[in-house]
Parts: sequence; structure tokens; C-alpha cells
Amino acid sequence: MFFKPTKWTVMRGLILRDIDDLIIGSFGIVAFISFFVGGVVTIQTALNINSPLIPQYLVGFATRQSVILEFAPTFISIIMAGKVGSFITSSIGTMRVTEQIDALEVMGINAINYLVFPKTIALLLYPFLISIAMFLGVLGGMAACYYGGFTSVSDYIWGVQLDFIPFHLAYAFIKTFVFAFLLATIPSYHGYFMKGGALEVGKASTTSFVWTSVAIILSNYIITQLILS
Amino acid sequence: MIVVENLHKTFGSTAVLKGISTSFEKGKTNLIIGQSGSGKTVFLKCLLGLFPYETGSISYDGQVYSNLSTADQRLLRSKIGMVFQGGALFDSMTIGENVKFPLRMFTKLSNSEMEDRAHEVLKRVELVDAYNKFPSEASGGMQKRVAIARAIVNNPSFLFCDEPNSGLDPKTAIVIDNLIQEITNEFNITTVINSHDMNSVMEIGQKIIFLKDGFKAWEGSNKTIFKTDNEAVTNFVYSSELFRKVRQMYLDEN
Repeated sequence: MFFKPTKWTVMRGLILRDIDDLIIGSFGIVAFISFFVGGVVTIQTALNINSPLIPQYLVGFATRQSVILEFAPTFISIIMAGKVGSFITSSIGTMRVTEQIDALEVMGINAINYLVFPKTIALLLYPFLISIAMFLGVLGGMAACYYGGFTSVSDYIWGVQLDFIPFHLAYAFIKTFVFAFLLATIPSYHGYFMKGGALEVGKASTTSFVWTSVAIILSNYIITQLILS
Repeated sequence: MIVVENLHKTFGSTAVLKGISTSFEKGKTNLIIGQSGSGKTVFLKCLLGLFPYETGSISYDGQVYSNLSTADQRLLRSKIGMVFQGGALFDSMTIGENVKFPLRMFTKLSNSEMEDRAHEVLKRVELVDAYNKFPSEASGGMQKRVAIARAIVNNPSFLFCDEPNSGLDPKTAIVIDNLIQEITNEFNITTVINSHDMNSVMEIGQKIIFLKDGFKAWEGSNKTIFKTDNEAVTNFVYSSELFRKVRQMYLDEN
């Protein structure tokens, strides 16, 4: 991927286009899902607290922990494996089927560098997307409290601020960088090395989603074991 | 000029090219013909450096490809233009951007110089008006002409075409054939065309190589192909009644 790099003037354009396609283009779906799943986490937590001995502000605490530790980095990454991963596999796979990759290679261009490197660099901005998911998840929880009346907003905000450990954010972003690399490389691999026609492009997209999800879940377990235990 | 010596290529235990030796001349349209499965596409991909081969050598204007350093191989590749069977245009770019692509990758021209050059070659293939269109908005024939424009924009020394007429109507196919031949003569390029089209063989086959089962079974031109008594060639080229009659007329006249 780093051998025979593409001219910077060309690469810059490719990186900006991939930032637009992969990061900015995903903002809407990530914002929508984060906000509502944050709300659902809050509702579920509130409804499952039956004991009067458990303070209501724990709803905010539980929502924050769920969203920052798992929901935003991992759950959103699984969704991105479907959205961004399928896009990467199908776009590179279609280029393979229609001989566009052969055209690059004939010209003496390192096709892997040309196609995969800008996506990898673009996905370095993935933590930005995840930080928005975290914020909107917590905000969604607050909205659920306000409109559903499950607990008071002030209790929720108190819970969100309670016992905050900044290292949990670091842990979440370390995971996010690993997931970003997996999101860029596994779908690219499945697209680049696919053989066949249009049907195989579809199959490659499905396979890449499955393997990217598996890789995210496994690496999530390993990273959590290494960092938090 | 491209010189091929004793080229062997196998896939697993299957030998596809079995010792092909030939040459492709500069300023001429060199055609590779043969039945499906005869090894034409593999041969072309070996010439393009897309497939490694086991033994033999390929030299481009006296430079043996396998002896070149990586940097020199890259330099040589930048002198190669290729017209793929389906055009292989980058569908995320406009036709103008497609044509400018080799210039952006391999030259230090300013944007206005690249624009000028792209317009120049698009004018050569009569597609200036299509500059801002996307490939999906162009017909099959137009896409082939854009592919030709992209292949010649960087003044290549070698032009390769993989079945440039496939999927085109006979009239458009003749336009493409004539265009390739004119460009070959005009720019003194070594052009190698992989073709099934017997019209192309008759029209622009200044040199023809016939492959059969991985061997070079015959070599000649569109002039000598009428006279050959090579059974494999006559069975392939004159398989249709029309071409048999054309050949008979030619032989009667001469």
C-alpha cells in the first residue's frame, strides 16, 4: 500500500473525496441512530430500575457508560461495516470487473496505493464521527428523559457527570482507530481480489460485511481485555 | 518495436503459451487472432506485464522488460497506452478527466496545458463536445473512442487494444478500426490488437499473428492471408460463407 506512492497532487484529491464519501456521507445515519439508540438505552435503564434504593441519576450514568464504552465505538462500527464497508467493496469490486484496476496497473500506477491508501487516511477522521455519536447518544438519552418523564433532566445530567474517568474515552478512541483500519482494509481486500461479474460484486460485499463485523467484534474483545482488565 | 522470444506461460499444470516468438512492428497495426481459448488474451496480458511468464523474453524498442529496474519498468509502462475491451473508463470521472488522467499521473503539465492536450486528442477522436459528460452518458462507440483518446494522450510508443470492436455495430467498428490505424501511422506507434473481428483482419491487419492452442500457427498480413494454405488459418478466418466467397474472388482476380 505504501510502495510506489501516487503523486501528492492526485492523492490529495482522492483523500478529500474519500473523506466526503466515507465520513461526511455517514454523518446523517450515524447521528440518527446514535440519538435514538441513546434514548432507548435511557428508557430501558430507567424502566429496569425498580428498587427505590437505586438513585435515578444512575440512568444518566448507565447511558453515558454504555454509549461511550460500547455503543458509539462498536455498534456504530458494525453499522459502518455495512454502510462504508459495502460501499468500498462494491466500488473497488466494480472497478475490478470493468477492468479499471487493470487500466491503472497497465499505466504503471500502484492500484492498491491509489485505491486503498486514501480510504485508510480518510478513515483516520473516523474518531470524529464516533465523538459525535457519543455526544448525540447522551443527548438522545436526555431528550428521552425530558419527553418521557423517566427521570428529571437534572438527575440525568448529574448522572452523566458522575465518576467520569477520562481514560474510558482514551480506550474508546483507541478501539475506534483499530476499527477504522479494519473498516478501510478488509472491504478493500474483498473488492480488490474479487473475481467474476456483477453477482460476485454483491457476494463480495456481503462477505466483506461479515468478516469486517467478525474482526471488529474479536478485536473489541481483545482490546478490552488488554486495556481495561 | 516489440520482440517476443520463446514465451512460455502456464497456469498450474496447464500450459497456455507454448514458446511463442514473434515481433510487432513500429508504425503498423499488428493483429493477434485466434479462437477463444487459443491464448490471445493471456499473450496480450503478458505483453502488458499484467501476467508474469515462466520463460522467454519480451523487449520493447530493444529494452528487455524483465531486465529493467522497477523505476525503468514504471517509465516504460507510462509509454504504453491500452484500450480495454469494455473501455475501462473511470466512471467517477468525466470524459475530460478520464483523458487527462495519464497526464495528471505522469507529467508536470499545468492544468490549462492538460486541458488543451485533452481537447486536442478528443478533437482527434471527434468527441470534443463530450468533455464534461460522464462515461455512463456515452454510447459504446463513444466510450471506445474516449478510451483511445486516453490511451494516446501521453504520446505512447506502444498501443494495445483488446478486442476494440466487440459489441459495436459494423459501421462504428469500421470507424474505430480506421481511427486506430490512422493514429498508428500518424504517431508511428507500435500497435498490437487482439481481435476476433474478420473485418478488422481484412481492413487493418498490416501484420497478423494467428494463435492456436498456445502456439503461433501462422504469421502474415491481410495481403497474404488470402493466399495461405494453412488449414488452421483458413478454417478460422474463412469459416463463414461470405469470407469464403471473398477469398475465392480475390484468388480468381489474382
